[in-house]
Amino acid sequence: MQRQRLTAESVTLGYDQRVIAEDLSLEIPDNSFTVIVGPNACGKSTLLRALSRMLRPTRGQVLLDGHVIHSMPAKKVAKTLGLLPQSSIAPDGITVADLVARGRYPHQGLLRQWSPEDERIVEESMAATRVGELADRYVDELSGGQRQRVWIAMALAQQTPLLLLDEPTTYLDIQHQLEVLDLCAELHEAQGRTLVAVLHDLNQAARYATHLVALRDGRVVAEGAPGEVVTAELVEQVFGVKSQIIDDPESGTPLVIPAARRGIGVRVG
Amino acid sequence: MKAVKALRTPGGLSLRIDSRAAGAVLLLAAAAAAVAVVLIGSGDFPMSFGDVVGTLLGNGTAAQEFIVQDVRLPRVLVALLVGASLALSGAVFQSLARNPLGSPDVIGFSQGSTVGALTVIVLFGGGSLAVAGGAVAGGLVTGIAVYTLAWKRGVQGFRLVLVGIGVAAVLTALIHFLITKANLVDATRATLWMTGSLDGRDWAQVWPLAGMCAVLMPLVFAHGRPLRMLEMGDDAAYALGVPVERTRVVLMGSGVLFIAGATAAAGPIAFVALSAPQLARRLTRSPGPNLASAAVMGAALLLFADWIATNAFGDRMLPVGVVTAVLGGGYLLWLLVTERRAGRI
Repeated sequence: MQRQRLTAESVTLGYDQRVIAEDLSLEIPDNSFTVIVGPNACGKSTLLRALSRMLRPTRGQVLLDGHVIHSMPAKKVAKTLGLLPQSSIAPDGITVADLVARGRYPHQGLLRQWSPEDERIVEESMAATRVGELADRYVDELSGGQRQRVWIAMALAQQTPLLLLDEPTTYLDIQHQLEVLDLCAELHEAQGRTLVAVLHDLNQAARYATHLVALRDGRVVAEGAPGEVVTAELVEQVFGVKSQIIDDPESGTPLVIPAARRGIGVRVG
Repeated sequence: MKAVKALRTPGGLSLRIDSRAAGAVLLLAAAAAAVAVVLIGSGDFPMSFGDVVGTLLGNGTAAQEFIVQDVRLPRVLVALLVGASLALSGAVFQSLARNPLGSPDVIGFSQGSTVGALTVIVLFGGGSLAVAGGAVAGGLVTGIAVYTLAWKRGVQGFRLVLVGIGVAAVLTALIHFLITKANLVDATRATLWMTGSLDGRDWAQVWPLAGMCAVLMPLVFAHGRPLRMLEMGDDAAYALGVPVERTRVVLMGSGVLFIAGATAAAGPIAFVALSAPQLARRLTRSPGPNLASAAVMGAALLLFADWIATNAFGDRMLPVGVVTAVLGGGYLLWLLVTERRAGRI
């Protein structure tokens, strides 16, 4: 079997002395929209940091195209693998176009700062995320949803076949959450990129993912297509919540209905 | 509309030029040159603007040659180099700390150089060369100490500022202690040195400064783009392929050397490192560290302060450090008020 481009081989992850995940292995299927779910502190974000080279595993290794990611040159990784971090700081007084243009950094050099190709890709990235009209606006003036689209545009401008997103919908209201997820699905389908996202909402994960990874206590409990993976047993095992699973009437994907506390929602008459 | 233009060559080279920032650099450089000529022309042996320029070009009389080449030109050059060094140090640290208060004169590096210099003056009675060496050593030791104390899985901006302010407080106590230990002559010398002054600076200060700038300026400017990426947070910079810790170590090292070298040459001149990068940024209105415009702003600012110090009060010549402290103190108050309004501190 052909190896996938991004894999973690029995990695042990942790900060200082605290171990978060031990002997964890994971393959990100090429061209998938992989979503990692799990309860708080299960190691989702830590795993994403390791996959993106930011955290060095204490044991095991992360491989990108067969190379150990931590011994690859930083810019070479950045041309293949993009990351949308959970929190980035927009510098004071920066415009949308300037921020998106920074995504071109790994493709540039001291004497090659702004090629026609850079210009074209920045335009395209802004068009794909529908922030083109905002190009000359200051990032601090934008709404939360617009700002997240701008950051995604910057990650797109990096033109990487693999893109990791760390909780891209946090702090957004439901309309903007869906907007961001639709955008991700579009990038996955139309541009054939491999996406890996950490999400909190299990139902959104089930609806958008092509490959779902459920994590608990630093271990992969289940992975596969959402329709096969999401069961009442799994939800209880991973999140400790009793639930029923029904078919999502909109998309046909599994929909988790958490069990009601006794005495709530039962009305007769 | 942003006035950013790209210069491209057929060979595939391209440079991105912000025309407003480029204009600001040229304007400030012209202003600095004009003040420099005026400064060279003023004093006990006044010379006209034309005479100064003529002498600089090699067409002066012997007396003019002596006054310009041996007395006033080196002082002006020291002012230019010290101003630019202080401003670059300030721009680098403020950008790394993502905070205008993360300036080397606020987070202890100036104080470290002062302790080094005072140790030489008070405890060893050393000459001016030894004092300069003490200032450099003090600055470097402080730089390493602040970096080590602030390090926790990388150095974060806010922690750097807080640790630095703490270190600065300890060092200030040490400075006072050293002065109380000194005899009257040494104490006077120490106090004078601590004010920051350009009096009597000659070629012996120019050459080491020029050498330092020749090495460090290209290094810092070459790291300007990664520094700009770092302003978006470590994670974003990592994602874009910036070698985060290495970039930070190179830039912090250069920043510490800049401030230590400048302090060794002219004493701890206050507030230039703090204010020049911010003033430059308000002039260019572009985000990021604005290294080039900060450097010329610092040079122009210090020269202008020196002009005020030597000319604005008649026969009473002030050390330039007094002028920058008065100007900079007002600026700091304004900064604290506006930053507070913007909710950043």
